[in-house]
Amino acid sequence: MKFTRAWLGEHLDSEAPLATLTERLSAIGLEVEGVEDRGAALAPFRIAHVVEAARHPNADRLSACKVDAGEGIVSVVCGAPNARTGMKAVFAPPGSVIPGSGVTLKVGQIRGVESAGMLLSAREMGLGADHEGIVELPADAPVGAPYAAWAGLDDPVIEIAVTPNRGDALAVRGVARDLAAAGLGRLKPWAAAPVAGAFASRWRFAIEMPEVCPYVLGRTIRGLRNGASPRWLAERLEAVGLRPINALVDITNFFTIDLGRPLHVFDTAKLSGGVLTLRPGRGERFAGLHGREVSPGAEDCVIADAAGVQALAGVVGGEASGCDAGTREIFLECAWFDPRRIALTGRRHQIASDARARFERGIDVALMPAAVEAASRMILDLCGGEASEVVAAGTPPAWERQARLRFARLAELGGAAVAPERAVAILGALGFEERARDGASVTVAVPPWRRDVAAGGGLDLPPGMAEAAVRAAEAGAAAIEPEADLVEEVLRIVGLDSVPAVSLPRAAAVPAASLDPRQGRVALARRLLAGLGLQECVSFSFLAAGEAARFGQAPASLRLENPIASDLDQLRPTPLASLVLAAARNGARGFADGALFEIGPGFTEAAEGGQRLMAAGLRAGTTARHWAAPARARDAFDAKADALALLGALEVPMAALTVTTEAPAHYHPGRAGTIRQGPRLVLGHFGELHPALLGAMGISGRAAGFEVDFEAVAPPRARRRAAPALSPFQPLRRDFAFLVGREVAAEAVLRAARAAERELIAEVALFDVYEGPELAEGMRSLALEVVFQPREKSLTEAEIEAACARVVAAVAAATGARLR
Amino acid sequence: MNDELQALRAEADSALAACADPRALEALRVGLLGRSGRLTLLLRDLGKTAPEARRERGAALNRLRDELAARIEARGAELEAAALAARLAAERVDVTLPPRPRENGTIHPISRTMEEMAAIFGAMGFAVAEGPDVEDDWRNFGALNIPEHHSARQDMDTFYLPGEREGRRRVLRTHTSPVQIRTMLASPPPIRVIAPGRTYRADHDATHSPMFHQCEGLAIDRDLTLGHLKGCLIDFLRAFFAAPALPVRFRASYFPFTEPSMEVDIGWNRRTGEIGRGGDWLEILGSGMVHPRVLANCGLDPREWQGFAFGMGVERVTMLKHGINDLRPFYESDLRWLRHYGFSPFAPPMLHEGV
Repeated sequence: MKFTRAWLGEHLDSEAPLATLTERLSAIGLEVEGVEDRGAALAPFRIAHVVEAARHPNADRLSACKVDAGEGIVSVVCGAPNARTGMKAVFAPPGSVIPGSGVTLKVGQIRGVESAGMLLSAREMGLGADHEGIVELPADAPVGAPYAAWAGLDDPVIEIAVTPNRGDALAVRGVARDLAAAGLGRLKPWAAAPVAGAFASRWRFAIEMPEVCPYVLGRTIRGLRNGASPRWLAERLEAVGLRPINALVDITNFFTIDLGRPLHVFDTAKLSGGVLTLRPGRGERFAGLHGREVSPGAEDCVIADAAGVQALAGVVGGEASGCDAGTREIFLECAWFDPRRIALTGRRHQIASDARARFERGIDVALMPAAVEAASRMILDLCGGEASEVVAAGTPPAWERQARLRFARLAELGGAAVAPERAVAILGALGFEERARDGASVTVAVPPWRRDVAAGGGLDLPPGMAEAAVRAAEAGAAAIEPEADLVEEVLRIVGLDSVPAVSLPRAAAVPAASLDPRQGRVALARRLLAGLGLQECVSFSFLAAGEAARFGQAPASLRLENPIASDLDQLRPTPLASLVLAAARNGARGFADGALFEIGPGFTEAAEGGQRLMAAGLRAGTTARHWAAPARARDAFDAKADALALLGALEVPMAALTVTTEAPAHYHPGRAGTIRQGPRLVLGHFGELHPALLGAMGISGRAAGFEVDFEAVAPPRARRRAAPALSPFQPLRRDFAFLVGREVAAEAVLRAARAAERELIAEVALFDVYEGPELAEGMRSLALEVVFQPREKSLTEAEIEAACARVVAAVAAATGARLR
Repeated sequence: MNDELQALRAEADSALAACADPRALEALRVGLLGRSGRLTLLLRDLGKTAPEARRERGAALNRLRDELAARIEARGAELEAAALAARLAAERVDVTLPPRPRENGTIHPISRTMEEMAAIFGAMGFAVAEGPDVEDDWRNFGALNIPEHHSARQDMDTFYLPGEREGRRRVLRTHTSPVQIRTMLASPPPIRVIAPGRTYRADHDATHSPMFHQCEGLAIDRDLTLGHLKGCLIDFLRAFFAAPALPVRFRASYFPFTEPSMEVDIGWNRRTGEIGRGGDWLEILGSGMVHPRVLANCGLDPREWQGFAFGMGVERVTMLKHGINDLRPFYESDLRWLRHYGFSPFAPPMLHEGV
């Protein structure tokens, strides 16, 4: 919403400086988005008479001018082709800054002729692109007068953001009312002098859609002439960004801004029949005044004559019945439309008009008759003609409501100490008239322009709420909402800055942890993975459906209906997908070797529970080249180490983990595994990524990654640890080399060895894997170190030998391995 | 000591000095003190000495034996030290060579900020609450007093998913406010929660990302006022920006789910980006007293319960705090950016160490 300081002054008697006005506007909820003071830069420029424009003696394209700007004749050299003797122009004296170029003017000699100033083009003044020549002013422009004031450019333009609840602030008068309530002046009285109806209107309204248009007023005005608007009106509209069109259209635009009251004028010569009907659309097409075709449907309300649709009610008028220079008779429309229905129609047709912005926030019903009179008066003043009697259809919707404020609530809810007198005065200034008052409360009438206060209406309750709870909720909202509305009105005018800030009372002397145990483990996981050398990423939750499909699934239920781009249309199944894309981008930048992780959602379905929090990590490329160790490609065991370190930090019982050699299809089929707790519960996967997938996603080398599903990881059991068994006897270490079939999983060998002597064996570690020609075909050698930990006494040689024999036998029985 | 023994000692002396390694030293020891060493033989022959001289000679021989043994041992230690010194000299490496690489990972600035929020609000008694990214339009809009036709639904550029839940359209949550609804439905007041998380809006340019993060706050009790809201936010902002005198300004505004509603500005320097002084104001978050309808929609009687809510952009406060001026790289996972702006995992935000 834009308006000028002078326009505001039509409604607000105030001496307040501009800066004070704008600061208060922002404080009371009408946030100032910008102030354009076009006059400030133009202040030095004056209207001048070009007494003589002769050809420059030394330059064909220059004129040597004698200019009178009210302070004697000065010499100015001018390059404009339109400089001529006798014209009126805009003069910039030496010392002034030219807005278009930023240059400070000095007195100088141009090819031997003194130039003590400059005649300006529109572009040089920053008023547009026109640089064909200097600005040419009308002959009656007063010489020596400041140009900006004469041209109406010294009036600062203020733009405010109006929140959706404040339809009344989409009017200069509404803004003035708020400022007056805030103590920055007096709201000037406003009343429309009635225009007597000279004849019965030939045109009338018929309402067939009262749920959208319950009430409408109209009036015929005949014998008028529609020309250009007077300068004051055109300048005002231009200042707020509206293009002047003709007097009739400009008048309706004026009232839209001035009173927040959109009006429409139909050229009756272009209408047929004698009735304008407000009815549902029927899919007809008509050309809107916004320059596009509109096809209203049964949900939309249109205004139609005998020939068809002439306007989309409350949103946009039709081109066919619009007023132009030939208009001699009009029918003026002043209607009230249901805000919700206008909002839906406007959204359906994607038309953002000044009328819609006001109708969908709600229009002052009570203002309608006066608005018709004020508009009639201005039309008669500017265009002549005579007005008919006012015709009406429907009945005005009820708007009278009351609201009660208990003064104590200003402190109890608002935290502000406001005297009852002051609260009542503020409400009064905002138009809330006192209806009843006692020591503890005041009851006020809500003014018709404040549809947002004590608006009532049903709640939006979830299904299945108990009957008693529903009743309490409804009664509570009905009782509290109007009062909260009034508390807000008083507080915003008093100033929220004046409410004393109070630190929250402590809930406990020592606050409880803000993270629950699961959230704490996620935070720990993040630190652990970063500690392992991976960089944390935060990626979009969506990616291209085709990329998602490479990682298992891309169901239609997780595809956005309105994606912002085709490569961001599918919720990802796993954060690993995002990391592969990130690694590809890094590779393309020349950083192919990197380690990334993300803790974030993976999606399996849209239903609740279909979002799983996952940790994914990716190590791409090779380890760094180093003088002490050659670079090597990242492999499945890097990823496995990361995954197991993570699970260990999450206090998963590591002894209960099994690793099996199958994995999802985005992994290398022979170099990936699945980590389970027990036989079924899948905690995650790890391995090299499938080379075909990497290639398709733009990664040329290898990459290994892992995924861990936090939802599958059970919370650690909170239990006190038993005292450790710290044996006084030295452990014994024995090495075994088993010859075993290559298809046998190393983990099976380790597991069998560990289980051979549960009490005695403390640890089994695999320290060598050998495959070579001297071994039998299909065999490999696995070398294990077994640590025996005696607990009661030192072992005898015979006991040691027996234990070793049991290890060999157990491994043989489980895997078919034999000692090498 | 007679001349014979004197000579033997002199001979041993020069032999000791000539010993260059432990093996020669051992040979010398055996030659003197071994089973058939010269001194051993002399001791063995002591019986042949005249009885009157035996005592004296025996003492001299024993003295000499002890002396030589000690000197051999000392020489041995000398040789050992020399040998060690020689070995260590040979083992010298160029310690200016780079060590084996060990990459340091980092925590993303967004995670860092959300953890700082959990720490600071945690000190004020707030717990961290969560909700899913895929919501229904009741929790995202309806329950929050944003009806179907409300312009806020357009302002928010909602992403929709196909299908419905309980007759409500599926959306990607446009703010973290649905977590307010979930919290109020799940647990009775008093409530103090914050809800940091991912949010989505169909907007993509230099200053908008289709996915970003917000942190919601909700406090419900019987007697919380707008004064508490102001205190809570001022306390947070000053702790978060580590600026004890940070200017904070409150302006009236409108959100469908709060009343009264406030925009909150902090003082900064528009030109330098410095937070806390400079005379300019920067809008940083929205807040207000929870709207009675929102309480009622969640089954709370607004005559009994009241409280406040707020929401702030995680990226926005992160950028301000750390002087990051471009939003887009937050989500691009450029290794260079992550290493540059990321945080050490070993210095998590902890109030006692300083957030």
